[in-house]
Amino acid sequence: MIILSNFSNIHQWLLGLIQNAVATRVVELTIIALAYLAAFALIGLLLVLAERRIAAFFQLRLGPNRVGPWGLFQTVADALKLVSKELTGTVKADKFLYGLAPYFVIITALVSMSIIPFSKEVQVFDINIGIFFFISVSSLGVIGIFLAGWSSNNKYSLIGGMRTGIQMVSYELSVGMVVVTMVILSGTLQLSQIVALQQHTWFIFQGHVSAIIAFMVMMIASTAETNRTPFDLVEAESELGAGFHTEYSGMNFAYFFLSEFMNMFLSASIIVVLFFGGWLSPFGITAGIPFMGLFWFILKVSVVIFIFMWFRWTFPRLRIDQILTLEWKYLLPINMVNIVLMAALVWLGLTF
Amino acid sequence: MGEFLTDNIKTQEYFLNMGPQHPATHGVLRLLLQLNGEIVENIDMDLGYVHRSIEKMCEHDTYQQIIHLTDRLDYLSSHMNNEAVALAVEKGLGIEVPDRVKVIRTMMSELTRFASHALWYGVNAMDIGAITPFMYGFRERELINDIMEETCGARLTMNYNKVGGVRYDLHPNFQKKVKDFIKHARKKLPDYDAVLSNNIIFKKRMKNVGFIDKDNAVLYGLSGPTARGSGVSCDVRKVHPYSAYDRVQFNEITFTEGDSYARYRVRIREMWESLSILEQLVDNIPEGDYKVKTKAVLKLPEGSYYQKVESARGEFGVHILSRGDKLPYRVKFRSPNFANLSALNKMAKGVKIADVVAILSSIDIVVPDIDR
Amino acid sequence: MSYLSDITGGIKSLLGGMTVTGKYFFINFFTRKEVITEEYPDNMDTLKMYDRFRGEVVMWHNENNEHKCTGCSSCERACPNGAIEIIWKKEVNPETGKAKRAIDKHIYHLGMCTMCGLCIEACPTDAIEWGQDFHHTTYDRTQLTKVLNKPGSKVISGTKE
Ligand code: SF4
Ligand code: SF4
Repeated sequence: MIILSNFSNIHQWLLGLIQNAVATRVVELTIIALAYLAAFALIGLLLVLAERRIAAFFQLRLGPNRVGPWGLFQTVADALKLVSKELTGTVKADKFLYGLAPYFVIITALVSMSIIPFSKEVQVFDINIGIFFFISVSSLGVIGIFLAGWSSNNKYSLIGGMRTGIQMVSYELSVGMVVVTMVILSGTLQLSQIVALQQHTWFIFQGHVSAIIAFMVMMIASTAETNRTPFDLVEAESELGAGFHTEYSGMNFAYFFLSEFMNMFLSASIIVVLFFGGWLSPFGITAGIPFMGLFWFILKVSVVIFIFMWFRWTFPRLRIDQILTLEWKYLLPINMVNIVLMAALVWLGLTF
Repeated sequence: MGEFLTDNIKTQEYFLNMGPQHPATHGVLRLLLQLNGEIVENIDMDLGYVHRSIEKMCEHDTYQQIIHLTDRLDYLSSHMNNEAVALAVEKGLGIEVPDRVKVIRTMMSELTRFASHALWYGVNAMDIGAITPFMYGFRERELINDIMEETCGARLTMNYNKVGGVRYDLHPNFQKKVKDFIKHARKKLPDYDAVLSNNIIFKKRMKNVGFIDKDNAVLYGLSGPTARGSGVSCDVRKVHPYSAYDRVQFNEITFTEGDSYARYRVRIREMWESLSILEQLVDNIPEGDYKVKTKAVLKLPEGSYYQKVESARGEFGVHILSRGDKLPYRVKFRSPNFANLSALNKMAKGVKIADVVAILSSIDIVVPDIDR
Repeated sequence: MSYLSDITGGIKSLLGGMTVTGKYFFINFFTRKEVITEEYPDNMDTLKMYDRFRGEVVMWHNENNEHKCTGCSSCERACPNGAIEIIWKKEVNPETGKAKRAIDKHIYHLGMCTMCGLCIEACPTDAIEWGQDFHHTTYDRTQLTKVLNKPGSKVISGTKE
């Protein structure tokens, strides 16, 4: 199911080199995996840097600008520092789970990245239940956070973990319902199909009222899913130190940190795919040029991520009961009405 | 099911140590929270981590030397603390300071108050989880610190007051800088409202949280904005005017809601009042001496002297007991933070953990002032 | 109905906040005009502290390596923290042959100083004054103990207590 349409010449070339179909596949898969890992790290590092610079401008500061031109290598230096640090932990921690937790988080992020259609050519895993797959895999990440909070044997971590459980489970519902809303419009779960259907008009315009409501709900729910302010009470540094990853250091901490940013990237990607036509260029201005899709995709994702950051650097944090109120008393009813509305729109043919 | 749970699952109280090193306690204060899930049942406060026995130290220092120790109590209203000691000693010695000194002291107090409230605004925002307003608060505070540095020589521990006046005359740039600052602050204060005060999340976090009614506020000895948020009229500047406060027009800000948001609004409005006080005084600084000559060795006549001032956090009092020596027999500071903090348990019963942080920052404590 | 007005009012207030922060972001992103921080170690050359800034206590010397400190110990007595120590020496006046007390070392413990300024006020000859240097970090605490009168320096003749 791996699409390598435009890469088929590479495939042919490799096949010619190795002369064995199975071995070729294996080599190919390894190359793809390494490329994705590299992209993963690169995106993570860039996002951390972007966040820090953008936060600085919001906060009337300059941000990191010492390491390399415009501070570009700042996060690389930080990563090096984290790699070289000792892995510490509490004495009575549940060692196995404690060690396992960060991998849970980072691997789910990695796996969900596989289905993201970066462009027409670049998508590893175009499964026909793509969006469903995304939701199910990414919801596994909460287990990692929960484990981390529980196994650290730290009260702050435990409270952070408890909050995660409550929050993620609630907001998964909203994300799911928004996806259902959009799937009613698209009629397919396959991400490449969803993008293709927006060839003429993006879904946010196709579904107009309903899609805009869905988009707003999705923005809120995604912020909550990625544990960012105003929903960052999992970490809540003014209350809980660092929340669930208080006791993590070095690379283990970096995994949590990185995956947080990757989850933001993934959420933004899904939003772009669902509402803003994925890698499609506006009005098809660069339709013919290969790999322009990648550019448009990254651009759109960057804009959405910027809005996430804008949220983060403006809003205060909600309280745990307010988070639940927001979800169960506001977002959920709105979502339900919205699904009906969208269904009605589609049924009556009122979509564009 | 419910019965099964209550019968077969043992629950126990959950204690959470907040502090002594914790971002929300603004210093080394230890709160022992007794929790039921996320709900706070009781708070034990453990003080004394920065106890430096300043009151005892005062007994070994001359009256001139005491003043600089009070910088280190509530370091955000150091000028008011200095002023309180200076006023108390002047009262004992019967020194009448020139008008210029009074006006200078009042202006410096108001600048300090604004700086303190600006910092509090940022810190409060940070406790609630918004980090950007922190820098907005610091932006205004930085300008005041510059003014302070130019005139007093230091940014935080100014030690600008002395018995019988102030240490230096105003810097020639002072008036211009204060005027610039007032203009700047009037432009920037609306930002504070847009970012935080009107924000729905912030309101939800602060409203109906940490409630204390008027009677209890009096009972606990609250003072300053914390008490005025509960409708207690206790502004020393109004009730017992000192320095030049009797010659300026300003309103005592009181709100009756008694919750964290009311305390928040008192402080925001006080910033506006400070600006108006500064505006009234900046062009009317009388000419004259900035200090009166005092003897090198000051001996307070036997007796006890009390002077209170309105610091940024409430009523700061100095009680000096003299036996006629050049050293005081006993000095007692009435620190507003200590009394204000004592009401925390009352305010925070039954709230969530996050609310404790919000309440604590709405009381606006400075730990070194509590421990002394 | 209040349910809906809650939502719209809430969203409006959130957008109001975002407008302000966004305004600062774009100003800073394009012009850096609202940036309030300084790039500290870089601006070391241009950084000038205010004249009255209390960085440390220094002793003024003229070009002949002479200072005005007579060693009267007023500063030592005025200091609340015992940060100043005056050490005497016997100095024989070459003309009269009489031995006389004179200042040997004016020792200043920067680590104990709270920059209160009482010593400077107490000095009858204005021998000590404020220095504006604030780079006081050292790796060793003993380096914070300074001798304010330079080696071999003398009192400007005629300085009276
Ligand atoms: S400034 Fe104050 S503490 Fe420092 S040496 Fe002088 S008198 Fe002592
Ligand atoms: S510095 Fe001044 S006060 Fe101190 S010993 Fe010298 S002359 Fe006396």
